[in-house]
Amino acid sequence: MEEQPLQAAQEGAPRDVVPGKVGCELFGYVGIEAVLDQMRIKTMKTGFEFNIMVVGQSGLGKSTMVNTLFKSKVSCKATTPRHEERIPKTVQLQSVTHVIEEKGVKMKLTVTDTPGFGDQINNENCWDPIIKYINEQYERYLREEILISRKQKIPDTRVHSCVYFVPPTGHWLRPLDLEFMRRLSKIVNVVPVIAKADTLTLEERAEFKQRIQRDLKAHGISIYPQEDFEEDPDERILNDKIRDKIPFAVVGADQEHQVNGKRILGRKTKWGIIEVENPSHCEFPMLRDLLIRSHLQDLKDITHNMHYESYRVRRLNESNRLALSPVNGLQEKDEMESNL
Amino acid sequence: CMHAWGIYWQHYRSHRPKKAHCWCSQFSFICRSLSLTGHVGFDSSPDQLVNKSINQGFCFNILCIGETGIGKSTLIDTLFNTHFDDRVANHFQPNVRLKAQTYDLHESNVRLKLTIVNTVGFGDQINKEDSYQPIVDYIDAQFEAYLQEELKIKRSLYSYHDTRIHVCLYFISPTGHSLKTLDLLTMKNLDSKVNIIPVIGKADTISKTELQKFKIKLMSELVSNGVQIYQFPTDDETISKINATMNGHLPFAVVGSLEEVKVGNKMVKARQYPWGIVQVENEHHCDFVKLREMLICTNMEDLREQTHTRHYELYRRCKLEEMGFRDTGPENKPVSVQETYEAKRHEFFGELQRKEEEMRQTFVQRVKEKEAILKEAERDLQAKFEHLKRLHQEERMKLEEKRKLLEDEMIVFSKRKAATELLQAQAFASTPTVSLKKDKDRKKDPGFRLEILCFDVKNQETDQEQREREKLERERFTHREFQK
Repeated sequence: MEEQPLQAAQEGAPRDVVPGKVGCELFGYVGIEAVLDQMRIKTMKTGFEFNIMVVGQSGLGKSTMVNTLFKSKVSCKATTPRHEERIPKTVQLQSVTHVIEEKGVKMKLTVTDTPGFGDQINNENCWDPIIKYINEQYERYLREEILISRKQKIPDTRVHSCVYFVPPTGHWLRPLDLEFMRRLSKIVNVVPVIAKADTLTLEERAEFKQRIQRDLKAHGISIYPQEDFEEDPDERILNDKIRDKIPFAVVGADQEHQVNGKRILGRKTKWGIIEVENPSHCEFPMLRDLLIRSHLQDLKDITHNMHYESYRVRRLNESNRLALSPVNGLQEKDEMESNL
Repeated sequence: CMHAWGIYWQHYRSHRPKKAHCWCSQFSFICRSLSLTGHVGFDSSPDQLVNKSINQGFCFNILCIGETGIGKSTLIDTLFNTHFDDRVANHFQPNVRLKAQTYDLHESNVRLKLTIVNTVGFGDQINKEDSYQPIVDYIDAQFEAYLQEELKIKRSLYSYHDTRIHVCLYFISPTGHSLKTLDLLTMKNLDSKVNIIPVIGKADTISKTELQKFKIKLMSELVSNGVQIYQFPTDDETISKINATMNGHLPFAVVGSLEEVKVGNKMVKARQYPWGIVQVENEHHCDFVKLREMLICTNMEDLREQTHTRHYELYRRCKLEEMGFRDTGPENKPVSVQETYEAKRHEFFGELQRKEEEMRQTFVQRVKEKEAILKEAERDLQAKFEHLKRLHQEERMKLEEKRKLLEDEMIVFSKRKAATELLQAQAFASTPTVSLKKDKDRKKDPGFRLEILCFDVKNQETDQEQREREKLERERFTHREFQK
């Protein structure tokens, strides 16, 4: 235990309290763990926000997938045939927000759909509107954060996870997919899934997955869960298991059928019923568990601590350079000003 | 609760920054509430959050203010059921010092990083004017450190050790009468910076009836002086009732002790007196249990949140406004911090350039002045030189004149000499034997007398002439030297 003299505080320098750290034995019950309950009550009162974006070609079952994930009609499907609108000029991003509640926990869910992506003949720069949208959410959050009088709870519209739908070709990732995922994985958590996986047999599925994993590794694309952000060894083991299975082969369905006397979600075909929630049929439960049940908070944390911070660094450095350019290289006098 | 969400949405939509719209006008915000047809599973979100917090650990910082010997350290020890091993301070501190110590506590799976800040020497000085200032400075310094971290470009807020004070336990002396002036002054200066919970220390010196009156007196004094102490939150149904009753028991009269005394058949924490035993954890004896309940079990999270959202935001706002940043510009249009900053930057650089110009001007001025002075000096020197030269010339001329005179005299003399020599030669020719005789003889021989006289005159003249010549030579020599 050391004494911390006041002189440093009076000079306004930040004080370092850590050197006096000591581990102490508690003689009896104090009640510190009640703070967990307090926290739980508080978060239940304020509710959660989750923003998910689905990207992929039209017709891959994105909207159905979102509906299956959240067990409700979240997205309206593009049911009208889009032959008339075969060449839309821009990619229109649509965000739909819902408030859902389960067992007292409120969640504000925002699903951003990207219809028409990759449908044109020339798909160069089709990822620009999407990247623009993601950056715009970061910008919005940043502006709120640097206000003088800011809100108690800044509304969080940043995209927490981006589910990328890979068409089930069975071969390799297409150049469009690679390019897109490469650009996106730098600014948002990307979770690739194999859409309409009921067209692949189990062996084909395994092979396809292997090839995709190799492709991703060869191009240096880091998808969620990222390896660089892990600190805990337990977390690493868990994430390694997940990384083995990525990308998940999913089938979406929002209709219920009768199987063995139970009503379950599935796709009915002439040769059988594909049960969506059956892990031996498809990997939808794993995707759902990853996104919602186990890693939801982690997705949000990584978005906030890593992606948002790197956006902020880029943005503030950019504005610093712009401000410095008209005057030739004079130094700043106040450190705080320079840090803004 | 859905209604609350609706209001939240309205508020959000009206306060959205309008600038952002031009970017991506393609999306729309529709707020619907959905009913789920099955179990989705996000009800585990609070648990996920809690688990993450467990992994990260919690931070809690307590500041204890009170006179020396009022029982601050003992109470903290009793609160956290551990011996923090603090040294007792003496009463002779020249000024108030703050001493901070951090401890790592573990209970089941919760890790708490507890920082206790003690004021050493509070109320001990003869002149107590500066007693509260070090405390205010310390609290501000912690806010400043957090603000600095937040404003950095490359920051790491999630791994930042938060040292902001979450709660301040203010110890009131158990006089039984009223608040001291020092207490009022200190609390008034701190109430907008930190959550204050007043406690009465060493409460076993007051009897029950006196305590009741004392508490009422204290609370009324605080209210009438406008001191805002921390109110336990009553908006959440689960804890509102208990918080409301506790709010009525402020300030808590506490007794601290780690010693165990046998009461009945168990060992309890108590203080033993000859007239009885004061049990710390007995609600009838003192309010210790209430304090522990409120501070740790029920409101720790709320204290942290209030510190962050109220006190820290206030500090941040004041600090940034002090530096000249505004949210709205002169025409009440929203001005981003960026723009203000850039404007200030230009201003600052303009200022710098102006100062540089000024300095350059003064420099040029000085150089000119110096030049003028030097020129003056040069001119003076020149004049002196001329003057001296003139003097020399005059002297030279005088000497030349003298020389001429002397030479003329020499010529005249040499002529005379020649003449006399001639005469002498003629005289010699007439008398062949010439011998030098003594004076007696000279007198007898007048012819010789004439010669000798002539001879003497010649000698005299020769000497004089020689002397003059020597003088002339000397003068000429020196003149030559001088001319050189």
